Amino acid sequence: MIEKEIGEISFRLMDPETVREMSAIRVVVPDIYDDAGYPIEGGLMDLKMGVVNPGLRCKTCGGRKDTCPGHFGHIELVRPVIHVGFGRKIYDLLRTTCSECGKITLTEEKVKEIEKEPEKGIYQFRKIRNKAKKREKCPHCEAEQKKIEFIKPTSYRENGQRLRPNEIRERLERIPEEHLEPLNISKENKPEWMILTVLPVPPATTRPSITLESGDRSEDDLTHKLIDLLRINQRLADNLSAGAPQPIIEDLWDLLQYHVTTFMNNSTTGIPAAKHRSGKSLQTLFERIKGKEGRIKGNLTGKRVNFSGRSVISPDPSISIGEVGMPLEMAEELTVPMKVTKKNIEKAKEYIENEEHPKANYVKRPTGEKIKITEFNKEELIEELEPGYTVERQLKDGDPVIFNRQPSLHRQSMMAHRAKIMPGKTIRINDGIAIPYNADFDGDEMNVHIPQTTEAQVEADNLLRVSENLLSPKDGEILAGHQDYVTGLAVMTTKGTKFTKKETLRLLKKAGINKLPGDKDKKEYTGREIISELIPNSIDMEGKSNLSEEKVKIEDGQIKTGTLDENTFGPGGKLTREIADEEGVEEARRFIDRIGRVTVEALMMKGHTITMKDYELDEKINKERKKIIKKKEDEAKKDIKAYKEGRLEPYPGKTEKETLEAKVREKMSEINSELKDLVYRSFDPKNPGVIMTKSGARGDWKNLVQMSSALGQAAVEGKRLEKGYKGRILPHQKRETLSPQDRGFIPNSFLEGLTPIQLFQNAMDGRDSEIDKGLNTRDSGYLYKRAANALIDLKVEQDKTVRSASNQIIQFNYGEDKIHPQNTRGEVGIDIKKIKNKVLKEKK
Amino acid sequence: MDKETLLNHELVPKHEILSEKDAKKILEKYGITKKELPKIKTNDPVIKAIDAEEGDVIEITRDSPTAGKTKYYRVVIPA
Repeated sequence: MIEKEIGEISFRLMDPETVREMSAIRVVVPDIYDDAGYPIEGGLMDLKMGVVNPGLRCKTCGGRKDTCPGHFGHIELVRPVIHVGFGRKIYDLLRTTCSECGKITLTEEKVKEIEKEPEKGIYQFRKIRNKAKKREKCPHCEAEQKKIEFIKPTSYRENGQRLRPNEIRERLERIPEEHLEPLNISKENKPEWMILTVLPVPPATTRPSITLESGDRSEDDLTHKLIDLLRINQRLADNLSAGAPQPIIEDLWDLLQYHVTTFMNNSTTGIPAAKHRSGKSLQTLFERIKGKEGRIKGNLTGKRVNFSGRSVISPDPSISIGEVGMPLEMAEELTVPMKVTKKNIEKAKEYIENEEHPKANYVKRPTGEKIKITEFNKEELIEELEPGYTVERQLKDGDPVIFNRQPSLHRQSMMAHRAKIMPGKTIRINDGIAIPYNADFDGDEMNVHIPQTTEAQVEADNLLRVSENLLSPKDGEILAGHQDYVTGLAVMTTKGTKFTKKETLRLLKKAGINKLPGDKDKKEYTGREIISELIPNSIDMEGKSNLSEEKVKIEDGQIKTGTLDENTFGPGGKLTREIADEEGVEEARRFIDRIGRVTVEALMMKGHTITMKDYELDEKINKERKKIIKKKEDEAKKDIKAYKEGRLEPYPGKTEKETLEAKVREKMSEINSELKDLVYRSFDPKNPGVIMTKSGARGDWKNLVQMSSALGQAAVEGKRLEKGYKGRILPHQKRETLSPQDRGFIPNSFLEGLTPIQLFQNAMDGRDSEIDKGLNTRDSGYLYKRAANALIDLKVEQDKTVRSASNQIIQFNYGEDKIHPQNTRGEVGIDIKKIKNKVLKEKK
Repeated sequence: MDKETLLNHELVPKHEILSEKDAKKILEKYGITKKELPKIKTNDPVIKAIDAEEGDVIEITRDSPTAGKTKYYRVVIPA
């Protein structure tokens, strides 16, 4: 419900009168406290500007330390100074307007003409300025216009003569009101306000003094700055009334300008920053707001949070993907509040009583008083405890916690897990849930947050729960799963994989099943039989398989044919999704957990490892490989020869050189694909590397080819290598040969090893792709962030309209069809055929 | 471009001015005022072609890849 709506906010220049009006006191004394430690009247900590010390009362509002909001004061500047923030604008105004009459140095007609053009606001002003600054004579009063120079950040010169702020102020005052609009200054402003005559003094509460342990007071940077400023202001006043010579006055004036400038912005370019005695730059107004640690990004947009933890993550396949292993040390510090009622008072007392882990850390009285539980006050507190109290007990098994990994790019970057307290210092997660977080275990750290209210706990547990987030909101695909689980599944369900009775029992035990599948007298069980035990009986499906000729066919939860792989399990896996559809997401989560435990155990039983020998080609195949490379290389050389003799027919729209490059590159990529076929043909399908590649667990054919056959073409910026020395890559090569190998084609495999030249070529490719990767992730990350920020408060309402935060309708029917993409299934959207079949089957 | 050609172009969906009564119905259906409706300016070529005025609610019937036909409403605002 909106109670008050902000219609508009406008910003304008602050005029001297407003500054004086809102001021509680004119500050004159460049000092803070008297000898007794009491704020000096008219000083920088005058009690009229608010209180920061306990025990005193504000002289403006009567409030105490925590109730007085603070009040502005002001300093009357003896001489006017330039406001740094407007240096450029003042320069523009001086150049655009007449030094005598203050009018824009263009004829009325000319201004009207420019106003008719499409550019508005600042762009219109720039046009006017660029025309006006060239005028040497004012068309209105015929006065001669001298050249104005701007010496950043706050000085101006006219024909080499210094323009003082008071002169500038006079000139700005002369600008007629009706000329303000073309100068891009709105009516409520007056340009002369850009020259300061009065300076507002921020309230004492915004620059509190800190009392150190030794009893010494330490003042805020702003207060320091203001003291200096006041001193100079006073000295200037004294000198003026004493009638001091002009140069002395001017020096002091410049000094005053310097102090006012640095008071507002101490990182102004062109002037030295004001420093502490230690040499550290002072933090003044500008620095307080600006940048990552500034007020906006550091305090308003981002804050530090309580009840949270962070640690390195490590994998643990024995816990559920819905759990998170919390280090005991962390659990002892993080607490969950527990409202004491008649029903749980005994339990609460037990927590207070406990000597170790699930114990209570604090008791909170209904008055809000928080008491730390110690050995000594324990008994007393138990005695005192009654409904209405709150006990803060330590995190224990089963508590919902919100788990997060940055960058939090999508919903699944923050999910609720159930805590499981574990020894050690790292946070443990099941590797099956690492994918949605985009986490790995090379030192990644993740955060946990403990929801503190019952509502938050229930909300986390119901909406953010891992099982609720298994289906991607983008298209309903399953997100969880893990490479080892896919490898294990592939190994287990390959035709002919058998396990002894003992092994079968051990595997099934991992999934919590204590009996053998089907016939008890069998000596051996196939992997498919074992996995079938984990699939709910309601599952009927058919799916692709990369590993077996036959399709994957599952009937009544029994695998009939096919080898399971990435198509069935893991991110995008159809079997897991089928289970989620038929039995619910909780069952799908359980399935992933059990598959994880069983496949990891199976892999340990059967062993799964690769060795150099796996990638050796036998003699016959090796000959074939050399033939392929030779043939294509010869073809490329033919093209190169034709090019050098000028016989090469260029492709339409391309130069001869480009044509040659395209042709050679094509030949080289043909080598790659022919070698791929060769590798697939010649490698034993039981080769562990091949199993991993084909099942989609890890690696692709390119890795196999590079290890066994040839690295292929090295490329930089999408082209064959060409950088380095004149006409060659390295000084060991002949110039301008253009031959495949001289331009980065590497016919050697990793197994054979590389020549020094090849090593350099490979390194060039490696560096280029690493740089490219870095640039791409940065650019696309930024692009994503922009899109996400623009869409962040759009929401689908109950009536399926999409509305913004201000209730503006964006779409009348969400996605035009009101269907959540999470509930669609691939190409078909909603699979009506499947629903029909299911209903018919139930009827039978 | 002349009106006929513009309105018959295959990329221009059907725009209709809603009667006062129908417009009110739409606003009531979504529980909103005209302020929350999407907007379209009076200088929009289609708005000029169908002679709609400031404050009119326009019903736009579009082809939709997901839903076949879909309706969208806009209120005419000054340019």
